[in-house]
Amino acid sequence: MLKFVVRRLLLLVPILIGISLLVFAWIRALPGSPAESLLGEHATPQAIAQIRHQYGLDQPIYVQYWHYVQTLASGNLGTSITTQRTVVYELSQRFPATAELALGAMFFAIAVGVPLGFFAAKRYGGWFDHLSLVGSLIGISIPVFFLGLILKYVFAVRLGWLPSIGREDVLAENPHPTNFYILDAIIEGDPAALWDAVQHLILPAIALGSIPLAIVTRITRASVLDVQNEDYVRTARAKGLRPAVVDSRHVMRNALLPVVTIVGLQAGLLLSGAVLTETIFAWPGIGSWLAGAIFNRDYPVLQGGILFVAVVFVFVNLLVDISYAVINPKIRYS
Amino acid sequence: MRAGRKKAWVGLAVVLVLTAMAAGAHASKRATATIVFGTEADPALMDPSLVSDGPSLRATDQIFNSLVGFQRGGTKIIPELATSWTTSKNGLAWTFKLRHNVKFSDGTPFNAAAVCVNFTRWYSFPAPLQNAALSYYWQTVFGGFRNPAAGNPGPDKSLYKGCKAHGVYSVSILLSRRSSSFLAAIGLPNFGIASPTALRKYQADAGTVDATGVFHPTGSFATQHPVGTGPYMLSNWSIGNKLELVANPRYWGPKPKIQRVIFRPIGDTAARLQALQTGEIQGMDGVNPADFGTIKGDKSLKLLTRPPFTVGYVGINQSIPPMNKLAVRQALAYGLDRKTVATAFYGGQGTTANQFLPPALFGFAKSGVPTYSYDPNKAKQLLQSAGLTLPVKVDFWYPTNVSRPYMPDPARNFQAFQASLEKAGFDVVPHSAPWRPDYRAGVQAGKDQLFLFGWIADFADPADFLNVHFGSQTPQFGFNNAPLFALLAKADAEPDYDKRVALYQQASVQVMKFLPVIPYVWSSSAVALKSNVKGYIPGPIGPVNEPFAALSIG
Repeated sequence: MLKFVVRRLLLLVPILIGISLLVFAWIRALPGSPAESLLGEHATPQAIAQIRHQYGLDQPIYVQYWHYVQTLASGNLGTSITTQRTVVYELSQRFPATAELALGAMFFAIAVGVPLGFFAAKRYGGWFDHLSLVGSLIGISIPVFFLGLILKYVFAVRLGWLPSIGREDVLAENPHPTNFYILDAIIEGDPAALWDAVQHLILPAIALGSIPLAIVTRITRASVLDVQNEDYVRTARAKGLRPAVVDSRHVMRNALLPVVTIVGLQAGLLLSGAVLTETIFAWPGIGSWLAGAIFNRDYPVLQGGILFVAVVFVFVNLLVDISYAVINPKIRYS
Repeated sequence: MRAGRKKAWVGLAVVLVLTAMAAGAHASKRATATIVFGTEADPALMDPSLVSDGPSLRATDQIFNSLVGFQRGGTKIIPELATSWTTSKNGLAWTFKLRHNVKFSDGTPFNAAAVCVNFTRWYSFPAPLQNAALSYYWQTVFGGFRNPAAGNPGPDKSLYKGCKAHGVYSVSILLSRRSSSFLAAIGLPNFGIASPTALRKYQADAGTVDATGVFHPTGSFATQHPVGTGPYMLSNWSIGNKLELVANPRYWGPKPKIQRVIFRPIGDTAARLQALQTGEIQGMDGVNPADFGTIKGDKSLKLLTRPPFTVGYVGINQSIPPMNKLAVRQALAYGLDRKTVATAFYGGQGTTANQFLPPALFGFAKSGVPTYSYDPNKAKQLLQSAGLTLPVKVDFWYPTNVSRPYMPDPARNFQAFQASLEKAGFDVVPHSAPWRPDYRAGVQAGKDQLFLFGWIADFADPADFLNVHFGSQTPQFGFNNAPLFALLAKADAEPDYDKRVALYQQASVQVMKFLPVIPYVWSSSAVALKSNVKGYIPGPIGPVNEPFAALSIG
């Protein structure tokens, strides 16, 4: 297992080099430059040329790439042209927000989707099964931003039950040592802050988790249907084991493997930033940050941010692979 | 088993109801001494000399005062840190008498020396800060630096010549040539006077430049310690979450009723409005015209419209025939159905423009401006009088992938103008290009015969409209009109306010007779507030000059 993990980590190096090259070239292929974005109507040709010169954008592309590599080698992901803040600092502020939202969405998807899929499989062909299929279709079809707006309109504007934006009450002055607001509240032992953070997470997590919920439900259902007809399950039942024991020890343990794969892929995607959800809920994560950087042609943010997202994705997939071995001890990595 | 499952469902329902009830109390009790205002984005920096974005200007305008200010809701210059000012006979020295007994929020005394520290700092910006995107306003108003970086103008090109303190409460700003427009410019928060102690202690200009040329600020003045003389001071800034100001106990003016101002960045307009409806914020900027009806129909909200301060125009390049003929330009003016476009495509926020300057700005000509009502027959007559055969072919450009305050939907504007021009004897050949970079580059390079464009003013002075566009020969408009250039230079140099007004009114009329452009719309923006927020007066140069110190709630 250790060799497997080390090998996968070493693979990260060529992956990052490849991604840095691709992102570097792609960004510079976009029309326009930071200058036009920064100056608006007031972007005279002279001002544009001056900014391009200052940021080395008038140099040959291989020279620009070399300067970029030098910056990376010094442990620096760059500084935002728009805000003058380092990419590392912005990531330290924004990634916890994205991670918390992604974890909330996945928790919702798994906590609701796995039982839903399991019960749908157990009641195969019944009204519950059909309802879950229809629900899955609806969940996967509704655009996230539309669902988010509806949830906000109903639960925040009309009913006033939940807040519509942000991660905590704007008047709160809670300390945030880790920038994971729920974790911070637990560390500080502050139930009011904990409840505040949870309240703010509910609607965006439901909106963002709707598609993963639909996917997890369907995969779980299909997987359970597949596994429960296996010989070893029949044998376990024939041996007189209680149904709950059969389901938990034999059915779900094997049925969860494809679910873990899907959850891992979805988590990787969510951790790279949910632009639409973050935008409509004013959630200060990396998705909306990177989307803004594309619009502003903020090259350092795009280069550093996308590299970071690639690392996260690789690590999440590594964790998924490791979890296979935990769930099913028969799986061995050699 | 069934009974067990039933209990589980009932239990779940109870939990949900309790959760909802508890959640119903989510709206925190908000002290009336606090206002939360939703903005389009986070400020970039809190050093006003290095910013030009709306959120940064709004926030720094609460912290810093300048030598002069503006009458609320308008553009008339009024005393602020300076109580009066005079100009020398040759117009090259402006002497300001300063307000006494004013302190910065860190206790440093405000005086003539502090003014000179600030002006000298801006003039002496190190090379990385001479970036046009950072020190944009210094470069626009004064231009030139003491030690210019490559490509930047030096002392010989700068309007600024120096700063001289006369004792404690008198200071002179020395200019290299006569200019009165700089007075309106230095009223902006970008020329707010910062505490010399804080500038030094928190290393306002310190930083390094990496291999890619990006400046890394290492000081904390712009991010944690912006110190001015204004009614508020920075308390806390959580990036992407909120920027919090608290009342400055050392403020020299009337104590603000609002003790705490929180700016909350909410990028999405719909999300911002919903936050206003739920009460999570009490005010917002950047209201979508499509939401005006919703806001007006909600008794708990109110909509305040700013006086229009942007202009949309059809640009004409006179270096491309037959645009060099006045009769052809007049025919264009009669052939453009400007009223329909201004009324139909601006969500009720457009006013048909009859001249380049907006009505809120001094220099706006109230009489004598030639009118060009939509008259296709007159347009045809003019074209024929110019010796042209109808229809007259014109290449008309419009941008794509952009929405600007003066043209929210350029394609629609273009289509309407195309239709009206084709009734007026023109054969319009459409051209389009992406706004960034091709369209703007083409316009500025003088390649486009007719084009849609506009202007958002930098500061409240007619020079920022008329001199910028028509004060000299440019490839964009392709004309050389020496009398107009001279008139505008004279107007800019005139130190007497009333004479300046008269000169700019004259220039406004001249521009509409000469027709280098055909202005068609002045558009405005709006602010939405909770009904119980009192005292907000939206101004033409908003978000600047909309002080939160004048507000109250309840």
